[in-house]
Amino acid sequence: MLSAQERKELKLFAADIRIQCMEEFRSIGAGHVGGSMSMADLMACLYGRIMKVDSRHPRMEDRDRIVVSKGHAGPAMYAALALKGFFPMDELKTLNRIGTRLPSHTDRNKTPGVDMTTGSLGQGFSSGLGIALGCKLKSLDNYTYIVLGDGELAEGQVWECAMFAPANHLDRVIVFVDKNGYQLDGATDEILPLGDVCEKFESFGWHAIDVADGNSVDEICSAVEAAKADTERPKLIVLNTVKGLGCPAAFDPELPTNHNMEVSDRIADEAIAALQLEKEALL
Amino acid sequence: MNVALLEKISPDEKQMRQYYSESLVSLIDSGEPVLAFDADLMRAVGLLPYKKGREKSIYDCGIAEANMVGLAAGVSAEGFVPFVHSFAAFASRRAFDQVFVSGAYARLNVKIVGSDPGTASALNGGTHQANEDIALMRTIPGMTIVEPTDPAMLKNLIPKIAAEYGMCYIRLFRLNAPRIYKDGSDFDIGRSVMLRDGSDASVIACGLEVQEALKAAEMLADEGVSVRVLDMFTVKPIDREAVIRAARETGAIVTAENHSVIGGLGSAVAEVVCRECPVPVGFVGIDDVFGEVGFTPLLMERFGLTAKHIAAKVMDTLGRK
Repeated sequence: MLSAQERKELKLFAADIRIQCMEEFRSIGAGHVGGSMSMADLMACLYGRIMKVDSRHPRMEDRDRIVVSKGHAGPAMYAALALKGFFPMDELKTLNRIGTRLPSHTDRNKTPGVDMTTGSLGQGFSSGLGIALGCKLKSLDNYTYIVLGDGELAEGQVWECAMFAPANHLDRVIVFVDKNGYQLDGATDEILPLGDVCEKFESFGWHAIDVADGNSVDEICSAVEAAKADTERPKLIVLNTVKGLGCPAAFDPELPTNHNMEVSDRIADEAIAALQLEKEALL
Repeated sequence: MNVALLEKISPDEKQMRQYYSESLVSLIDSGEPVLAFDADLMRAVGLLPYKKGREKSIYDCGIAEANMVGLAAGVSAEGFVPFVHSFAAFASRRAFDQVFVSGAYARLNVKIVGSDPGTASALNGGTHQANEDIALMRTIPGMTIVEPTDPAMLKNLIPKIAAEYGMCYIRLFRLNAPRIYKDGSDFDIGRSVMLRDGSDASVIACGLEVQEALKAAEMLADEGVSVRVLDMFTVKPIDREAVIRAARETGAIVTAENHSVIGGLGSAVAEVVCRECPVPVGFVGIDDVFGEVGFTPLLMERFGLTAKHIAAKVMDTLGRK
């Protein structure tokens, strides 16, 4: 359970992550708005409360590990890392510029705080499990967090992972599915219907939790707490989220997709003004 | 490098897979951070008997090569040295994007073992015949590619590959390879071995084709043609110096590989020769065709990979000098 103060801080942090995402996209004129904004609350909870990380020692041995397998949501992770002091805020405006440390998809060799290179969907799940296995073999007392998209679940590799983790007792793994319902070409359930994700993972031996409002910091934190209480199985948390949340232009009925969209000054200003109001209402 | 040749090429009772598994297990048992991952082919590569008691070091990932390679990349980010094995067709073709992105692009440290390359797939047939694995792996920046020729070399190379950080593809013939080198020989990755000197032409070979090249050199010597034979067991990075010397000193080159003529050893050699010292080059390898089912010696005959084919190619290439 979050205290009122904790709740307020996490919500403020989430709003700041969204504001910084819009600044990143504005600086290059476009980006993966939908899937970055949908997981902003998750990033706020992880970096604001759940994960053991240290911005001064990004490779600290006993830190929690994180792999954003839906690597295109890198901008949300970068916003959280910059706000937590892993690198200067100004650097956010270098997103996708030649020579940047902040490429579209997350890269372990470029960005302080990023543990794995992702971008080819499905692969971060496996490498995250490998990291978790390595930590387990080193007897570290940490968790490995992996973030998948719901469209990403169509990758066959995901189901190889679904079988491997329970078979090898990777009980310190917590996987989130950012289920925002959409992929590049349209609604996920119209392209390849997923069915009951929790039931599928449960049947392989996972502890699966469905979070009705995956943009609620309270519900995210409670789900992680419940997940950690199970010390036997790997954990999967399905977050039902809204793609593009916090960017009004992402919901323009004329817009073909908000998966990757143009972000003009007007679009960024409009979103940031609304997010500032949201922050003021919290204070 | 300190290499000694046996006086005579001799058969070996023991199979390459046994040497491979013993080498890996010896590293594990000596406390090296080496891990072995397999995709339901531990029995085929001889590792299964060693799993008991080493469950923390040897993993069967099931028939799931993509996950196996990704896992290995992740565990290498934590400082471990994973060796992943499958048949060459699956270790390269099937898991290529995982090798590329999770392994190589992420600058991680995965050792990929592809067994039964080319005609060694034998009775498994065309689906299992990897004639293009070297070509695929060669396009990946930073990838080292080795094809150990005989037991002495395999035993010497495995610990070196484990010790050197970076992605490496090991093309492994699983069955009985003829012994060419004396035990205790020491090889350098990236440096070829001159097995025989000659002045009219050079045959640059790897894998199963090394013994065929030696036989071809014998046949040609009987006809008064003097042939240099290089064992180019490292296809990438290729031993440029040795290739250039062969071109300059012998004036004609034939490459021989148990692989497609597109993109493999022959291409690697030709890239050096064209740039540095253009001379006629002939290619012995599998043409631009799919693999087939059959016993390996018969497939080698069918695809034109025998000593006789190499000798003919040398004569043909000499004619273009």
